[in-house]
Amino acid sequence: MSGSFRTAEGGRVERARAIEFRFDRRSFRGLAGDTLASALLANGVHLVGRSFKYHRPRGIVAAGTEEPNALVTLIRDRTRRTPNLRASGIELYEGLVAESQNRWPSLRFDFGALAGLAAPVLPAGFYYKTFMWPGFAWRRLYEPAIRAMAGLGRAPSEPDPDRYLNRFAHCDVLVVGGGPAGIAAALAAEESGARVILCDEQAEFGGSLLADTESRIDGRPAWEWLAGSVASLARSPRVRVLPRTTAFGYFLDNMVALAERVTDHLANPDPVLPRERLWQVRAKEVVLASGAIERPLVFPANDRPGVMLADAARTYLVRYGVKTGTRAVVATVHDAGYAAALALHQAGVAVAAIADGRREVRGELAEAARRAGIAVRGASGVAGTRGRQRIEAAEIRGLGAATAETVGCDLLLMCGGFTPSVHLFSQARGRLRFDVLLDAFVPETAPERVRAAGACRGAFGVAPVVEDGFTAGEEAARGALGHLRAARRPVVEAQEFGTGEAPGADLGEGRGRGKAFVDFQNDVTAADLSLATREGFRSIEHVKRYTTTGMATDQGKTANPNALGLVAGMLGKPVPEVGLTTFRMPYTPVSFGTLAGPARGELFDPVRTTPMHGWAAAQGASFEDVGQWKRARYFAQGGEDMAGAVARECRAVRNACGIFDGSTLGKIEVLGPDAAEFLDRMYVNSLRRLKPGRCRYGVLLREDGFVFDDGVIGRLAGDRFHVTTTTGNAAGVLAMMEDYRQTEWRDLKVWLTSVGEQWAVIAVQGPKAREAIAPLVEGIDLAAGRFPHMSAAEAKVSGVPARIFRVSFTGELGFEINVPADYGRAIWERVWEAGRRHGMTAYGTEAMHVLRAEKGYIVIGQEADGTAGPDDLGLGWVIGRPKGDFVGKRSLGRAEMVRADRRQLVGLLTEDPARGLEEGAGVVAGAGRGPQAEILGHVSSAYFSPTLGRSIALAMVKGGRARMGERLFVAVGDQNVAVNVTLPVFHDPEGKRLHG
Amino acid sequence: MLLVPCPWCGPRPEVEFRYGGEAHIVRPADPEAVTDEEWGEFLYARTNPKGAHAERWYHLHGCGRFFNALRDTVSDRFTASYEIGAPRPDGAEKS
Repeated sequence: MSGSFRTAEGGRVERARAIEFRFDRRSFRGLAGDTLASALLANGVHLVGRSFKYHRPRGIVAAGTEEPNALVTLIRDRTRRTPNLRASGIELYEGLVAESQNRWPSLRFDFGALAGLAAPVLPAGFYYKTFMWPGFAWRRLYEPAIRAMAGLGRAPSEPDPDRYLNRFAHCDVLVVGGGPAGIAAALAAEESGARVILCDEQAEFGGSLLADTESRIDGRPAWEWLAGSVASLARSPRVRVLPRTTAFGYFLDNMVALAERVTDHLANPDPVLPRERLWQVRAKEVVLASGAIERPLVFPANDRPGVMLADAARTYLVRYGVKTGTRAVVATVHDAGYAAALALHQAGVAVAAIADGRREVRGELAEAARRAGIAVRGASGVAGTRGRQRIEAAEIRGLGAATAETVGCDLLLMCGGFTPSVHLFSQARGRLRFDVLLDAFVPETAPERVRAAGACRGAFGVAPVVEDGFTAGEEAARGALGHLRAARRPVVEAQEFGTGEAPGADLGEGRGRGKAFVDFQNDVTAADLSLATREGFRSIEHVKRYTTTGMATDQGKTANPNALGLVAGMLGKPVPEVGLTTFRMPYTPVSFGTLAGPARGELFDPVRTTPMHGWAAAQGASFEDVGQWKRARYFAQGGEDMAGAVARECRAVRNACGIFDGSTLGKIEVLGPDAAEFLDRMYVNSLRRLKPGRCRYGVLLREDGFVFDDGVIGRLAGDRFHVTTTTGNAAGVLAMMEDYRQTEWRDLKVWLTSVGEQWAVIAVQGPKAREAIAPLVEGIDLAAGRFPHMSAAEAKVSGVPARIFRVSFTGELGFEINVPADYGRAIWERVWEAGRRHGMTAYGTEAMHVLRAEKGYIVIGQEADGTAGPDDLGLGWVIGRPKGDFVGKRSLGRAEMVRADRRQLVGLLTEDPARGLEEGAGVVAGAGRGPQAEILGHVSSAYFSPTLGRSIALAMVKGGRARMGERLFVAVGDQNVAVNVTLPVFHDPEGKRLHG
Repeated sequence: MLLVPCPWCGPRPEVEFRYGGEAHIVRPADPEAVTDEEWGEFLYARTNPKGAHAERWYHLHGCGRFFNALRDTVSDRFTASYEIGAPRPDGAEKS
């Protein structure tokens, strides 16, 4: 037997397939087709959790994803623990293990429930009021204690072992929700010829039809019609049906994100399958058939286990064959409460009373209830409940009556009407309209191509919902395809109950003894809302944050309408004037795994490596990340530390020669009859006058006059330039050049091509550089007189076509050999072999930085930080004169750019040569510290120079060039270190070595 | 995610593009002839309208072309896209 509360027959569960599962270490038996919630209820288990703040015992309230209380942790193995899952959404599988949350040591005996005794001191906003002093105590004492006491499940601590995938899809019509409206919409759209995606968060399509054994559609019982319709949709080549798939976010231009749970319902998932799959669907038209959520009633002690939504109890009975109690009381302001009462009565559950909060009790259902012998109390509500871990009695009181009648029961059903699920419509920036009869907001218009259908649009009853869904499907297909092929409209025969209207719901602020909960998940009571409004909160958004109502995983699915109604009443305003809080995505919680998909670990971000990466790795290089690039930082030999390696590499470059991988530099081929004119307008340099076979250090400004990038520009022929950019700006410089080429100077005949990945760059620097490479070079004479500093040529290196530039970023004689990337490593190894006998040493980016700093060469991103003009950086000499307009030129003359006290590039030498400075440290005039000290500038580069045997630094200092020899101070740690201002060139100021 | 109407490639997802700021900002033909104030206007002054906004888009991960588009800043809807150099299709003087 699968539990003593199971009916003898009926329901959609498979009676022949029993399933063993464990909840809080106790074994239970359920049936295939059960959810964890229905299986627990079938075993008479209502108490499933402790509440967030007061640790009150809580039971199952709902049958769908709106369940606020029954949050459990599902445990597959040590690494697979998923907290905060709603028991009503967990499909039962063989061997399932679940645990309740937020209780210690056990659900029945929870130490934290003492918090309930302290409840009078825990009102809304108590964090803000109570835990103010002393200041340090919040972080060290109060917060950890509160976090330990209040909360949901524990996040898993192990890495997620499962796989997640990501898919993109396009369709004509996306139908969200597979209830009667959604199925009808999908049928209509499919028959009209549209490509359709139909998704539903549940395992089974059908929505409310799954709890409907009365209605007939197209002459067949609802379940038969449902099975036939879903099967025909699944067979259609135009339709993709996605069960267990939640549409959780609506993005611009009809992009809807779906989370598909692929394996969570399986006892032994195939390891080939991903656990979850994110769908990003771009739909021409969207039909939202997301249904409606039943509303609880707010009355004292409305949170005892055994108090649940009326239609949920009917669903458990009809769909799962589970009686949720033996003796029920029903409190309602809507006819759906009677439908639930009658269904339970017919199944043999005693219904002790119906308390109808409406002043007039009329209609067929009320009559049917009376005929069935059920006591119906009009204009009555619940004034309180009794019991501890399960309800034992309800107190029913007439409106305005002084005394209440106590009615024994183990089940109290509540029905406050239905709230359309407008979350996605609202996310689509749709406008909502308050419908007074429904007492709810309903969708109106949206800028997206979206329409709501069925219960989420306020339709009520099977026939109107199917009709509405079908029409929406037809209209969506017509919108997507531009035409309509006639589809056959389903015919519904249903016994409808009520109209959906819920007038006169007296929420009453929960008069009587005990807490009247509005938000079960966040433990917010009517009294909390009242307190918030008394304290002056008026905006519903502020009330939400102050009281925490409608927050967390639940997003107020059951709480918000009642909270809004109560606050409106307290403020004496109509509901539409109070407004709505924002409907945030996700609609229901989505795992981080689904959102991240495969972008984890090595796939998180692409890694770019140069052709010589493998060589450097084999030589023991340590790498640093420069954007997505891995660059060799230093090559430690025989137990060296970084400082030792960098010092050795620097000395080798100064005394013999070094080899450096410059392949990450951006390279742009600029070609065309107007190539020179184009570059002349882009760069500050005179490039029209640059002769073929020569190159130049180029500086590129933004239009506002600040330095954007630098690099070497080589002219290979009259109409062909090889332009290099910094590693980080490679894409940005090309984009900027394309911008001017395409939008400003459209008459120029010039083409730009990124060739950054096509050329590997081998820099050889040092006094022995020429001797090292000369034996490999064919076609040019490298002699100083024939191939002087800043020469450029096409040649061959070891038989491979190459572009050779005589340039230097170290201050030494240097060459940069560009070879096709596929030859990069081979030629590198040839150069390495040839250079060994000349003392060639491989050096990394750290030594490169030290060497350039010794020469005062700036680095984009350090000295040039986006606020420095060329003159600030001492680069005034680069600007070509005479020369026409270029990008940024006009800005250089603006008053702000020529102020004498602009920060200018200088060198700093510490008085103590061993004392190092830190990049970013402030430069001040005196040894004093404190906020009054004027910051004169900042250190932009700081290194220990092996060449000089002392610390050096570059800095940007106010009016720096007029401060040569001045004694200033730099903050290091808690000290101000004395420095002397110098020229920013520390090594070979005449530049003789460049020309060697 | 926006669908951006590239005049050459059709509607493509936003991630393929780079936004280029307001369109029809004319770079002075002779920058030396304008005052500091006029140059400052060119550099920094933008209209920031509520409603139709003419703006530049660069189809970086597509055809590589710049183009102009009209987008309503309230509804985030594109109403037109057109080639660089063409006048605003809605005839407005400035965006």
